[in-house]
Amino acid sequence: MKYLNPAKTLLLSATALFTLSCSNDDNGPVNEEEVITTVTTTLTGGGQVITLTSRDLDGDGPNAPTITVSGNLTANTTYAGEVSFLNETQTPAEDITVEVEEEGVDHQVFYQLPAALGTITYTDLDLNGKPIGLTFTLTTANAGTGNLTVTLRHLPNKSASGVAAGDITNAGGATDALVTYPVTVN
Amino acid sequence: MQKFSLFFCLLCFGIHYSQNTISGKIVDENNMALEKSHIHMASKSTNSKKDGSYIIRNIPNGPAKVLITYVGYKPIDTTLLVNGNLEIDFKMKQKNEQLEEIVVKHKNNYFNHSVSEQKIKERTIEKFSSQSLGNLLKEVPGVSVLKSGNTVVKPVINGLHSSRVAIFNNNVKLEDQQWGMEHAPNFDVNAAGKITVLKGASALQYGGDAIGGIVIIEPFSTKKDTLFGKTIMTMESNGRGGTISSSLHKGNFCDWSWNAQGSFKYYGDREAPDYTLSNTGNREANFSGDLKYTGKKFDVAAYYSLYSATIGILSASHIGNVNDLYNSINNQTPSVTEDFTYSIKNPKQKVQHHLAKLNYNYYFKDGQSLALQYAFQFNNRKEFDLRTGVSNDKPALDLNLLTHTVNADYKLSVNAWDFKSGIMGLYQNNTANPNTGVRPLIPTYDKFEAGVYAVADNHLTEDFSIEVGIRYDFSTIEATKYYLKSRWEEREYSPEFDAFITGDFGTQWLTKPTFTFHNFSASIGTQYSFGNDYEWYFNLSRAVRNPNPSEFFSDGLHHSSGMIELGDLRLKQEKSNKISTSLQKKWRKVKMNLNPFLNYIEDYMFLKPVGFETTIRGAFPVWEYQQTNALLAGVDFNSEWQISEHWQHRLLLTYVNGRDKTNNDAIIDMPPLTLNNRIQFHQKKWNNLTLELQSEIVFRQTQFPNNNFSTNIIENGDFVPVEVDISTPPPAYHLLHFTSDFQFKVTDHSLATLGFSVFNILDTPYRDYLNRQRFYADELGRNFQIQLKINY
Repeated sequence: MKYLNPAKTLLLSATALFTLSCSNDDNGPVNEEEVITTVTTTLTGGGQVITLTSRDLDGDGPNAPTITVSGNLTANTTYAGEVSFLNETQTPAEDITVEVEEEGVDHQVFYQLPAALGTITYTDLDLNGKPIGLTFTLTTANAGTGNLTVTLRHLPNKSASGVAAGDITNAGGATDALVTYPVTVN
Repeated sequence: MQKFSLFFCLLCFGIHYSQNTISGKIVDENNMALEKSHIHMASKSTNSKKDGSYIIRNIPNGPAKVLITYVGYKPIDTTLLVNGNLEIDFKMKQKNEQLEEIVVKHKNNYFNHSVSEQKIKERTIEKFSSQSLGNLLKEVPGVSVLKSGNTVVKPVINGLHSSRVAIFNNNVKLEDQQWGMEHAPNFDVNAAGKITVLKGASALQYGGDAIGGIVIIEPFSTKKDTLFGKTIMTMESNGRGGTISSSLHKGNFCDWSWNAQGSFKYYGDREAPDYTLSNTGNREANFSGDLKYTGKKFDVAAYYSLYSATIGILSASHIGNVNDLYNSINNQTPSVTEDFTYSIKNPKQKVQHHLAKLNYNYYFKDGQSLALQYAFQFNNRKEFDLRTGVSNDKPALDLNLLTHTVNADYKLSVNAWDFKSGIMGLYQNNTANPNTGVRPLIPTYDKFEAGVYAVADNHLTEDFSIEVGIRYDFSTIEATKYYLKSRWEEREYSPEFDAFITGDFGTQWLTKPTFTFHNFSASIGTQYSFGNDYEWYFNLSRAVRNPNPSEFFSDGLHHSSGMIELGDLRLKQEKSNKISTSLQKKWRKVKMNLNPFLNYIEDYMFLKPVGFETTIRGAFPVWEYQQTNALLAGVDFNSEWQISEHWQHRLLLTYVNGRDKTNNDAIIDMPPLTLNNRIQFHQKKWNNLTLELQSEIVFRQTQFPNNNFSTNIIENGDFVPVEVDISTPPPAYHLLHFTSDFQFKVTDHSLATLGFSVFNILDTPYRDYLNRQRFYADELGRNFQIQLKINY
């Protein structure tokens, strides 16, 4: 065994590895993919189109969502409802509704409204015959004010008691979006 | 292992069991082998080999006279009481030193002479073959664990963890994103030959910032010039999987020696007493090996290790918002429980850690030695989440951490003085892959560090020594991070940090935060042996830790905890001032070690809840990193009692109390009082049968800050405020474990050990305060384990 000058070898390999490492990423911020910035609920009925929007352009940044409601509902009226989820951090905005529909088995939208104001029933189904909740019917009751809460759950247990009928209590899963609109029924 | 291989030698040479074999090494004060020293023992004699090793067989029971001589060295003249095979090393001193008795020194304290070191032996490591490093380290009093589920386990030393605990694998500090509470050390216990835990940062050669403690892992290495190895197979009922680990060792073949070791783990879902913990399987494939050349005055070695793991994260712990968290806490059952499966879905972690190093030691004639080391580490961490509209194969977090370190250490022993000094350089680059579609938790950064230290130890008398050390560390970090402009404003970083802004990307700033730190750390301590086998250690140390990337830069939602975590660019270094003392006493049948400590930490960094932010997923509590002055006080105690020939009792006690002195509050996540009692029965005649019953009592933590908050849930369409109780620690629990093993001969050349164990015998459901998933599910239920170890 000849003397192999390990110190020199060590130094050489160290330099070699040092020069290998490099980094730089000033190429712009991460393209955020799954972020939902905007939840829009559209209610059509009684000759009206009412749009309820919750928009939070800074995602989980400090700014709270901006909520706009285009008008009041009319008592004892049936509205055809529809919800959409957008990612407006991208241009053009990414429509996440399509993905929710494609992965319908793994998603469900829940609606919560005081019973005195109205009732909601689902009008769509996933591949297993359970509701997704992207479309629904809202039948208003008497006049009053309250909140309409729209919740998008990922991987809910759709077979649990009451879930297919729209009761969120036993749904489990993780919340992808939760927005609350103030509503007035005249 | 050594014992077994010795045993194996015996078998080879066909010696009867009733005879005793004495073996070991003859070394000088620098642990350099002394070749051809003459050893005379009882009526036998031999010469030590090139590596200093010797072996003498056929020594009968009883006192044996020992005389060891070597030219230029003081002869060793002593008597050994032989009543079994013995492995004993002799250290010879050069003649020019003062008149002293020979030193037959079991290196009790190797890394620092003024703190009592806690060692974990190979036999214990083998028993934990299927477990994580964190669980193994619990064998040391003063060490608790912080868990995220049951596979991600981090050691907590005297109440501190993560960036505050440095783990050294084969003299290289593991750089594996250790700041993260959900990041387990990237190390497979099967690659360890010996583990030493040093509480506190007093061993300055290992850096000045490990204010919690240091875990030193040394791989197994051998000097014996035979090829031998072992295989350990472990099968477990809980998780319905197993671990296999094999190693081969060859010492001293034409001055070359090598070791190789590999292991695999494969587990499916673990089970709690009442339900399956869905998606908690894990896989591991690990390798380590080294090649070493030993010359007359130097040795040179290359080492490589790979840790590669896929870890399933409990499905029920993936929550979307505070309502989900509230439901989990109140339901007390996981929101998702499916049938047992081996498959691992998202969320999961995939991590890989490569470590390659070269080191060179040169031994000068007169007690000096020089060690040079270069180490390369590459760590890749991918975390996969449940996402809508994004492929499951696309990680939500993808970090590549590259670290180069160089060390040069010099040692000198002259008379009663031991002196060591060295320099360290580190370059680190972290790259956060931008193609994840998620803003990264921590940014891309470059870090450069340089350190220099000197430690002097003076043995004033044979019984009393003083050790003093100082260290200086320079560190600079430059990060590349995009801040939401709204966040930059909310954090009030403008105008103070506006100089960091280098680009405008619409709603975001591109920033290059750059920080430089100069840190001084110091340690002073004594060791004193007195009276009848009393040993007393006292150490005073000051250590300084820089804010880690998550403390500086975190900004966003933490999915498993349902909180928004915010770092702070204004954070200063954290300074620890620790007093630690330990008293050891040996009686004829009882050994005990009492180790109280006080650690006053200035500018202790911790997460504090500060309010709420509403996002499109609902409202989230915001936690931000703040600094306070903290006082950690505690005591560790362990004892061993040889009740009778066959019965032994062991007790471990760990207690720590953490106070936030500035706000007069308790500190979060302090381990509660833990008592671990073990009764062991051992009968050598019955195939070395060992039976152990262990009782593990973990008390309820009563000292905790109240971080509860209220949120609105919807009942019948109306908002109802509720309290989310994230603070109350779970109740105390008591677990019983049983382990047993015995040895038998497989062939003339191989010896096997078969073990059978039951963990959590009573299938007790419980939750642990230091498990980040305690909100979602119970801990593991009963687990049967069979372990077969074969030495060959």
